[in-house]
Amino acid sequence: MRILLPVTLVAALLAGTAAQAAEVKIGFVTTLTTGAAVIGKDQQNAVNLAVEHMGGKMGDLDVNVIFGDDGFKPETGKQATDKLVKQDDVTFVAGYIWSHVLLASRKSALDSGKFLISANAGPSPIAGKLCHENFFSTSWQNDQTPMAMGEVLNQQGVKSLYIMAPNYAAGKNMVAGVEHTFKGEIKGKDFTKWGKGAQLDFSAELAKAKASGAEGIFVFYPGKAGGAFIKQYQQAGLKDIMPLYTVFTVDGISLPKLQAANFEGVLGSKTTQHWDPSLDNAQNKRFVADFKAKHGSYPTFYASQAYDSMFLIKSAVEAVDGDLTDMDGMRAAMKKANYDSVRGKYTYGNNHMPIQNFYLREVVKDDDGNWTTNVVKTVYEAHQDPYAKDCPLE
Amino acid sequence: MDAALFFIQMFNGVQLGLLLFLVASGLTLVFGILDFVNLAHGSLYMIGAFVCASLTLLTGNFLWAVLIALPITAVVGFFIERIVVRRLYHRSHLDQVLATFGLILVLDTSAHLIWGPAGIAVPLPAWLDGRVELFSGFVVPSFRLLIIATGLVIAAGLFWLVNYTRLGMLIRAGASNRTMVSALGIDIQTLFTLVFALGAVLAGLAGMLISPITEASIGMGGEIIITAFVVIIIGGIGSMKGAFIAAIIIGLIDTMGRSFLDDLFKIVMSTEAAETSAPAVSAMLIYILMALILALRPQGLFPPKVR
Repeated sequence: MRILLPVTLVAALLAGTAAQAAEVKIGFVTTLTTGAAVIGKDQQNAVNLAVEHMGGKMGDLDVNVIFGDDGFKPETGKQATDKLVKQDDVTFVAGYIWSHVLLASRKSALDSGKFLISANAGPSPIAGKLCHENFFSTSWQNDQTPMAMGEVLNQQGVKSLYIMAPNYAAGKNMVAGVEHTFKGEIKGKDFTKWGKGAQLDFSAELAKAKASGAEGIFVFYPGKAGGAFIKQYQQAGLKDIMPLYTVFTVDGISLPKLQAANFEGVLGSKTTQHWDPSLDNAQNKRFVADFKAKHGSYPTFYASQAYDSMFLIKSAVEAVDGDLTDMDGMRAAMKKANYDSVRGKYTYGNNHMPIQNFYLREVVKDDDGNWTTNVVKTVYEAHQDPYAKDCPLE
Repeated sequence: MDAALFFIQMFNGVQLGLLLFLVASGLTLVFGILDFVNLAHGSLYMIGAFVCASLTLLTGNFLWAVLIALPITAVVGFFIERIVVRRLYHRSHLDQVLATFGLILVLDTSAHLIWGPAGIAVPLPAWLDGRVELFSGFVVPSFRLLIIATGLVIAAGLFWLVNYTRLGMLIRAGASNRTMVSALGIDIQTLFTLVFALGAVLAGLAGMLISPITEASIGMGGEIIITAFVVIIIGGIGSMKGAFIAAIIIGLIDTMGRSFLDDLFKIVMSTEAAETSAPAVSAMLIYILMALILALRPQGLFPPKVR
């Protein structure tokens, strides 16, 4: 017995390490509490669906996803990242809905030699001067989507615009993006309070917009603020005088709620995006169909990017045959973007931001009467963000 | 800046102020009379919104939903007072803060379990969803007009209740010296329960009124409770008149700051600097006012008469 015990202990320990080596650990930081948790939940569902579609395996390795909650706050997000990096020792840290959370967490992940994969946020510094060889995005750079919208506004002959966005890193980027391409006059703009205690009552701003006499209104209000904005836009009677153009505001989260409350003001409104549930490729059809079957609603773009992030990681792990110490090999594999993305084929720029198509979408009713979006046309083909030139990577 | 826009923003400011008053009036009653710091007052605001949202979808009519949701909120307030709050009256303010903070977490999570994380959008009947032209060029959403009307009616009702009824007399007496009131043979426990339930109804009503504009969502209480505390500190804790005037002042300052501060800043600084700093400064304005009041008149603008 005395001899047996240490032997079994050692055996158990060995078995333990062996089991550990046979898995790939992925941290996923998103928002699981506060009112914004509905977005995080959507991403979480998509990650779990992706793992299910992989059969729980990347190559020969088991997939172990550990979720972290950023509580919609940069400091909490950084703590969650530190915990994943130091305590759980993950190889990949993915997720990040919010630009300010990503900016705060970036150093924690990258300085300890982990891969950092944004499944949503794309603040300009990370695409430009702060770009890093171990950072990849499965979403977009913040400016790109509103740049596409600015182009659409020019094409539709909109001469003047009122702009509203929340006052944080991404809000600034969105406004910069649309101002970059829109050729008409900006009649006025408002940045509103964001984060904890975010402003949701826009009476003052809508009154200013109306008084400005602009021909259209452009807004960026992700999450629940989007639904609130659209309701007040309709209540203020702006639909007939000032058409609504949005980015990241109308999505699979806000539409079912607006439909339940019958806010028809949103039908027909235009938004730009790199992805749409109606895009015609095998991976997207499977993703959208299974997501709808499981959760009863269309996936959001947040979900699509989270789903993609898992398959990007899978492509890296399989390229090095599960050798997670081979960082160079995994990096080279991810740089090829050699996996089936739900948006279709795309490539990576020197800053590891996608070079991809952007589409104009319109809010419509689907065959079952549910409100969703479909693609009107392609605005940009293979579009690269304007900050890539500031990034010293090759 | 033209006159029509200025008046519309005044209107918006008054509407925001009246909504704040509904929350702050309950808070000032409970804080002033029960000497109880109720951080979870915002959760009652959230519960009112959620109950009303569910009932609106169920009955198909927002007004019916409000009428049914009001007594439900009162009952919730009643039970919270009986089960949790009653045990805390004799404890220190710090204990009360800790306990009611815990209550926020419990109520937020309960709402999460019952209604899910997504929040509920509340539809309005067509006649409330439109706009009214009060006079030429002055068009306002009819629902916001309803909020103003409701706020004024409630304010008048509270004024009558506090100043001209026996209950109001007891409330005022309780605010001044509660030991004396109970020594005179008044059932102070029942009075406290009533006051707490009244506060819950007022907060719940505010939640019901805001939900068609934003939505019923988890954590919405946390967004308004801080501002409500600012209101009662400026107005004087325990004073209904103070809460009313301070709420209107705060509503106007906040709205006017958001509306015109960037234009003002543009006179003295670059456009870009003004656009960045104006929202930050306008979010601070009410706290600057509170700091000034605390420095110059720590008891608030209209403190209740000595206890």
